[in-house]
Amino acid sequence: MSWITNFLTSSLGKKLIMSLTGLFLIVFLVVHLSGNLQLLYDDNGVAFNSYAHFMTTNGLITFLSYGLYALILLHAIQGMVIAWSNRKGRSVNYKVGNTKSNTFASRHMALLGLLVFFFLAVHMGDFWYKMKFTDQLMLVPVQGMDVEVKDLYARVDAAFAVWWLVAIYILGLIALALHLWHGFQSAFQTLGLNHKKYTPVIKGLGMIYSILIPAGFAVIPLYFFFIK
Amino acid sequence: MNLKLKIWRQPNKEAKGKFEVYEVEATPEMSFLEMLDVLNDQIIEEKGNPIAFEHDCREGICGTCSMVINGQPHGPMGLTTTCQLHMRHFKDGDTIVIEPFRATAFPVLKDLVVDRDSFDRIIQSGGFVSVGTGQAPDGNSILIEQEVAKDAFDAASCIGCGACVAACPNASAMLFVSAKVAHLAYLPQGQVEASKRVKRMVHQMDREGFGNCSNTYACEAECPKGISVENIAKMNREYFSSVIGSQKK
Ligand code: HEM
Ligand code: SF4
Ligand code: FES
Repeated sequence: MSWITNFLTSSLGKKLIMSLTGLFLIVFLVVHLSGNLQLLYDDNGVAFNSYAHFMTTNGLITFLSYGLYALILLHAIQGMVIAWSNRKGRSVNYKVGNTKSNTFASRHMALLGLLVFFFLAVHMGDFWYKMKFTDQLMLVPVQGMDVEVKDLYARVDAAFAVWWLVAIYILGLIALALHLWHGFQSAFQTLGLNHKKYTPVIKGLGMIYSILIPAGFAVIPLYFFFIK
Repeated sequence: MNLKLKIWRQPNKEAKGKFEVYEVEATPEMSFLEMLDVLNDQIIEEKGNPIAFEHDCREGICGTCSMVINGQPHGPMGLTTTCQLHMRHFKDGDTIVIEPFRATAFPVLKDLVVDRDSFDRIIQSGGFVSVGTGQAPDGNSILIEQEVAKDAFDAASCIGCGACVAACPNASAMLFVSAKVAHLAYLPQGQVEASKRVKRMVHQMDREGFGNCSNTYACEAECPKGISVENIAKMNREYFSSVIGSQKK
């Protein structure tokens, strides 16, 4: 094996991939949320629909988004591979478990990741797939644009009128929050960034991020279901 | 004090073990191992097979006394090995569950005794410095900043007990290996071989079948010597710079 495959299949190499893809997803979530908050404008979706049109038709964005899907898959598959070899690390379990010395989130990263994954499948099946690959969405004119755009806003509005879809979103976002509660600071430790001065700051930022970002996403279905 | 003990009994490596229940009378000033000695005397008098457990120094420095007590390696007290754990931390009438360290890389040999040769093989793969023998060198001929010496010494205080593996939900050996890697990498004598060492030790650790590190930090919480997970970050840095940074393939 060459040094590169040796490295990428070593325990630390695998974890480096988890950390880098995880951090990339952390950055992506900020971008995604800031775009989606346009759903809260009281403009019948004009801003959001033109933004969605841009995001699905711009070549560079499309190119980047396929990179994003690949990295999510890499993170998810690698995570499952790691979780599987971790299970093999202990073939007989203890009679008395130890929950004192670590957190719920840190012990259940794979389960939380899987919940996020199922949530993503529902989420992308409903919006992304319908937007990109079907003609189910109506075309609507948008002020200032010479083409009609797909009315994703209406699909969002309809989806978030369904209580169980809203419930799936809330549960998926809680799983994401817990995943990041542990994952944010963990990614830095994996990279070797543990520092007496900066690690407390990273841990604090991680707690703020892991609550604020999922909460920001959760506001959208809750707003459509309860207020709009 | 009267205690009820549930202890893992397994005659040999291949056998399927099970828990046996014992009753023993202990006094608060006994150490945990002395309490087990009393129990073993009792078992021998009844012509039974005494419980096998490992111990050597009984003063908290050799790392031999491996067992999991009520779910915690080395029992409920922080920064304490089993031999230094005293019965005053338990109450009359308590039930105590005693299990061997559980890890695929630490197979049970008998009762509470596990095979920790995997740690030895990791050390053999690189946990040493090659020095010229001969005259003992002058004590302070190589100057080392006090802060650096302190970090190296903290890492060096790992006694190789394996509690970190036993505590980790993934049975990962990262705290032990990183303590050994960091201890030598901090010091000029160790830096000569640092790049080679970290690669060899990490790869040997992987071959032994330990799990990966999920940064749960259970190891640090249960380590009787207070080895910090900062060493794990240090080892990660050493490993990445050894693989990615160095010119060697
Ligand atoms: C947007 C979604 C996600 C984000 C932002 C994210 C972020 C992260 C981060 C930052 C880490 C820490 C990496 C480290 O410890 O070095 C992590 C770990 C992990 N993620 Fe995710 N993740 C996401 C989705 C998923 C999905 C969909 C799965 C699986 C189906 C998954 C499975 C895992 C697993 C198993 C770990 C732990 C690996 C270990 O043992 O350390 N994640 N994630
Ligand atoms: S790091 Fe701590 S728990 Fe692990 S082997 Fe060393 S002394 Fe024991
Ligand atoms: S017997 Fe030596 S540390 Fe416990």
